[in-house]
Amino acid sequence: MPKTVLDFEKPIIELEERLEQMKSASDGLNIDNEIKIIEEKVRTLKESVYKSLTRWQRVQLARHPDRPYTLDYIYMMTENFIELHGDRYFKDDKAIVGGLAKIEGYKVMIIGQQKGRDTKSNLYRNFGMPNPEGYRKALRLMKTAEKFNLPVICLLDTPGAFPGLEAEERGQAEAIARNLLEMSRLKVPIIVAIIGEGASGGALGIGVGDRILMLENGWYSVISPESCSSILWRSWEYKEQAAEALKLTAHDLLPLKVIDKIVPEPLGGAHKNHQEAADLLKTYILSELKELIKIKPDKLVSARVEKFAQMGAYTE
Amino acid sequence: MAWFSRSKENIAPDTKKKEDMPDGLWEKCPDCGEIINKKQLENNFFTCIKCDYHFRIGSEQYIKILLDKDSFKEMDRKMRSADPLEFEDTKRYKDRIDSTIKKTGLYDAVKTGTGKINSREVALGCMDFGFIGGSMGSVVGEKLARLAVKARKNKIPLIIISSSGGARMMEGALSLMQMAKTSGRLAELADAKIPYISILTDPTTGGTTASYAMLGDIIIAEPKALIGFAGPRVIKQTIGKDLPEGFQRSEFLLEHGFVDLISHRKDLKMNLSNILDILM
Repeated sequence: MPKTVLDFEKPIIELEERLEQMKSASDGLNIDNEIKIIEEKVRTLKESVYKSLTRWQRVQLARHPDRPYTLDYIYMMTENFIELHGDRYFKDDKAIVGGLAKIEGYKVMIIGQQKGRDTKSNLYRNFGMPNPEGYRKALRLMKTAEKFNLPVICLLDTPGAFPGLEAEERGQAEAIARNLLEMSRLKVPIIVAIIGEGASGGALGIGVGDRILMLENGWYSVISPESCSSILWRSWEYKEQAAEALKLTAHDLLPLKVIDKIVPEPLGGAHKNHQEAADLLKTYILSELKELIKIKPDKLVSARVEKFAQMGAYTE
Repeated sequence: MAWFSRSKENIAPDTKKKEDMPDGLWEKCPDCGEIINKKQLENNFFTCIKCDYHFRIGSEQYIKILLDKDSFKEMDRKMRSADPLEFEDTKRYKDRIDSTIKKTGLYDAVKTGTGKINSREVALGCMDFGFIGGSMGSVVGEKLARLAVKARKNKIPLIIISSSGGARMMEGALSLMQMAKTSGRLAELADAKIPYISILTDPTTGGTTASYAMLGDIIIAEPKALIGFAGPRVIKQTIGKDLPEGFQRSEFLLEHGFVDLISHRKDLKMNLSNILDILM
């Protein structure tokens, strides 16, 4: 599959390719100095590009087709993953996956929205857009986790809940609402990590937790920049302005206290090095997990409700 | 050349006189076209005398319809959005709020407080679609969350009347988090075994439906209200087909098992009173 290259990645990739060419042609030639200069150039270019990414560029990174998805993280971070299927009412939604696993020896239930990487797998995964049965499957797994005293880890990565006819018939809104209520009072620790796209209620439907982590290049908001543009500007053309206005990056959401911690990504984004990205996320999850398992269930639940009760900005 | 130039002031309509005229004694039913006298409409709970069409009304009217006379005590009346994102689209959000406050006399899209239904104390929240499409931002979330706490502490039933396009875009992720905030407080209310009745009116969509609106122990809908998660236009775009007649209307939700009953507005108070009589 040809690699996808975003516009702002182009100059870096070109320079890297030139460097590779020089290295392979350097046999017997004395161009070590030139190579060093180019290497230095690549490094500074990368730093300057990734330090000053616009919000829209981060949205593009969050959607990068080479970015690791939920199952990638699960396989890289955990051992003995056993996927569990179905909501026990209607069907097995392929846009949400979940199951039992061990992370560094800790037994957990891990759940997340799952995107596909090519057309075929995207159709299979419904582009990571869950139907009501997906949220109901997630809730069933969380209830199982509660019963067996397993902490829950939720990985968020969705362009939104599926806006389809059958989804409405089967109660998309009810399914999400039910999860928000039940997750608020689940008596085991819940760690949430936004690993890519966190679009609206479709993401939040598995996003209530004790700690909210967010990858450096994820986005999380009430609406996608495109839809926001189409409603407020009445055109699809203002997605970049919409992304700016929505303040949807990890760096925006930390001071607003919507998230607790930013998980760094490998330079250039998680797609540049899947293993390194997974190792970083794992470290952050583990450090939260070790803290949370010490807290008594009742305290955990009331602190969780208070945490979300604090969110918002108003004057009286 | 001066023969056509005007020596006196321009002729203008006397606008003052017009303002003194009683503005619109009549209202036309958008559904059947019946012309109804405004007083008659109000006496009929703002529903059409011919076809029962439910006109969209605000918190002021619902309070009059549902609560015992002068029993409403409002909470947090002047709470308003702090514009945390300094949001700007074609207009600044701050200006949008200011002008909407001026236009509607409301400070945000929900009124909350306590009152009495046939002498029984209740906590009532009622949304106003007229305030930025009844959208839920920090203020709506906070006021409803406080109302749920009040209901729990005073052991009085909670009633929320929804009328909303969903979460408010201009407060970004903070609007989204109001869904979790209100649901968390409702979980506490449920654990305390205090009843919560959710009333859905036209329209109730998006993040509002996907949080407190769908979490009632009892869910009542007004006839023919639009209720859903995604809006009909978005769904139509997704599936590329026309939507079936009556899709996402109250009757459709009743048929699919998502509301308990559909109540004509004139019966709403009686229904609430009877339900609470049994639950409390």
